[in-house]
Amino acid sequence: MHNKSVAELSRELESGKISSVELTHQFLDRLKQEDGKYNSFITITEEQALAEAKAADEMRAAGKATAWTGVPFAHKDIFCTNGVRTTCGSKMLENFVPPYDATVTGKFRQAGAVCLGKTNMDEFAMGSSNESSYFGAVTNPWGLASGQKRVPGGSSGGSAAAVAARLVPAATATDTGGSIRQPAALCGVTGLKPTYGRVSRYGMIAFASSLDQGGTMARTAEDNALMLNVMAGFDPKDSTSIDREVPDYTATLNEPLKGLRIGLPKEYFSDQLSPAMEEQVRNAVKEYEKLGATVKEVSLPNAKLAIAAYYVIAPAEASANLSRFDGVRYGYRCEDPKDLMDMYTRTRAEGFGAEVKRRILVGTYALSHGYYDAYYLKAQKVRRLIQQDFAKAFQDVDVLMSPTSPSPAFIQGEKTNDPVTMYLEDIFTIAINLAGLPAMSVPAGFVDGLPVGLQIIGNHFAEARLLNAAHQFQQVTDWHQREPQ
Amino acid sequence: MSISREDIEKVAVLARIKVDEEQVSALEKDLGNILDLVDQLSAADTDSVEPMAHPLDAVQRLRPDEVTETNQRDAFQAIAPATEDGLYLVPKVIE
Repeated sequence: MHNKSVAELSRELESGKISSVELTHQFLDRLKQEDGKYNSFITITEEQALAEAKAADEMRAAGKATAWTGVPFAHKDIFCTNGVRTTCGSKMLENFVPPYDATVTGKFRQAGAVCLGKTNMDEFAMGSSNESSYFGAVTNPWGLASGQKRVPGGSSGGSAAAVAARLVPAATATDTGGSIRQPAALCGVTGLKPTYGRVSRYGMIAFASSLDQGGTMARTAEDNALMLNVMAGFDPKDSTSIDREVPDYTATLNEPLKGLRIGLPKEYFSDQLSPAMEEQVRNAVKEYEKLGATVKEVSLPNAKLAIAAYYVIAPAEASANLSRFDGVRYGYRCEDPKDLMDMYTRTRAEGFGAEVKRRILVGTYALSHGYYDAYYLKAQKVRRLIQQDFAKAFQDVDVLMSPTSPSPAFIQGEKTNDPVTMYLEDIFTIAINLAGLPAMSVPAGFVDGLPVGLQIIGNHFAEARLLNAAHQFQQVTDWHQREPQ
Repeated sequence: MSISREDIEKVAVLARIKVDEEQVSALEKDLGNILDLVDQLSAADTDSVEPMAHPLDAVQRLRPDEVTETNQRDAFQAIAPATEDGLYLVPKVIE
């Protein structure tokens, strides 16, 4: 059962061949047995999962089943789960048990899905390798056979590793600068970051509020569509949620791609990309040509400024968002504070890890008196230039394609010495968040036995078209079915 | 662009994060590298470009001024580090 997709498991349950309680037992047993190798979960919620499975079987018996009723999955540990601890990968929230559900969590509950637990992640979603988690690094299932422990990417590295290792068929994830797409690429799974505002941020612990977006991770594009069907939609509890109709994302998966206009941004095929990676990506584009798509080169002249703009905007917003962790209302508090200031400063020094502190300090600096115009305002202006480049490109093409990451999964510890080296991991993904666009990463080949991701970028609210393009590619390729040894 | 030790100490106070003497040197290097990266922005010509706060240029939605949430003080305070009689406890502020 562990090799089946969400769509297949849903059919098994529907046919009555297996109950959700039986299925959940199988997945839990496998998860407990296997995850020692990967550390992809922070919390396994065995008891709750079995209760949810029992309720799902009753829901099905009552004729009220949805596509998700009784199907096991996992949440990234950034989504608040009522009564289940939610750590965001941080010591600050090691014992935090939210008294409410995130909107996304509630939607899966309502659909009758069975949550097996909470997946590991970079602390407060700040990282590209999952090495900044307080609960330990996650190991990529790929490359393990050669004896080398590689990173799964980040920040949704636990979700990506768990899906790749067949511990769950699907997991939620979030993406602020590449945190869905880059780990999906490095672990050989399919991930989608929707348009900014498509999925509610309520109860999703905030990092950079103008960039954060919840999304999906699974092995097939079809399963990503099934996830988005549950997650997308307007939420009055999220002030930047967009009130716009949600289509059935599975309805258009089988549309033919004939006439699809693909743009290849020349800046994303630069010398930062290894020739072996480039070859895989260009081969994938050739598959699209065989399916009837046309290809042309386009230019995003300001894309090179995306990392610089991001490392002002994201830390600035993070410094404001993370000011709520003060040791007063919830979360960690230092021992024996001698006064209020000592409590604040030691609580935050002890509760946050090194990368989180660096970003809060950079953000505080960028927003401080005398620097606001030079940094934050300047970055917001560059952000508009970047968005205008995409708007211009989408006048001539339907989707853009590029590599998701500049290189495949690297060895643990290789990039932890210099934060800036790590930041360059997101060189092809960050501009998309600044422009608020939807984008996917789809498995598209291997280099040295490690997965390569193809990034497909769409115009605002073009999720259905991205999923259609990814699904059609997966009908003629089997990269997404390859299993790590 | 470099950042001085004094700047780091000042920013750490603003951010309410205690930074030890020996951490300042590492931060000087790391934050300096990050600011060097960020300095690429100064090359961009942004005269007459409007700053962009929201990718879809959406504006803040307003709701009717009505009470919609019920009081859940007990549930929220159950997860606080220290409370008494419905109040959050912090170290003494006024002598």
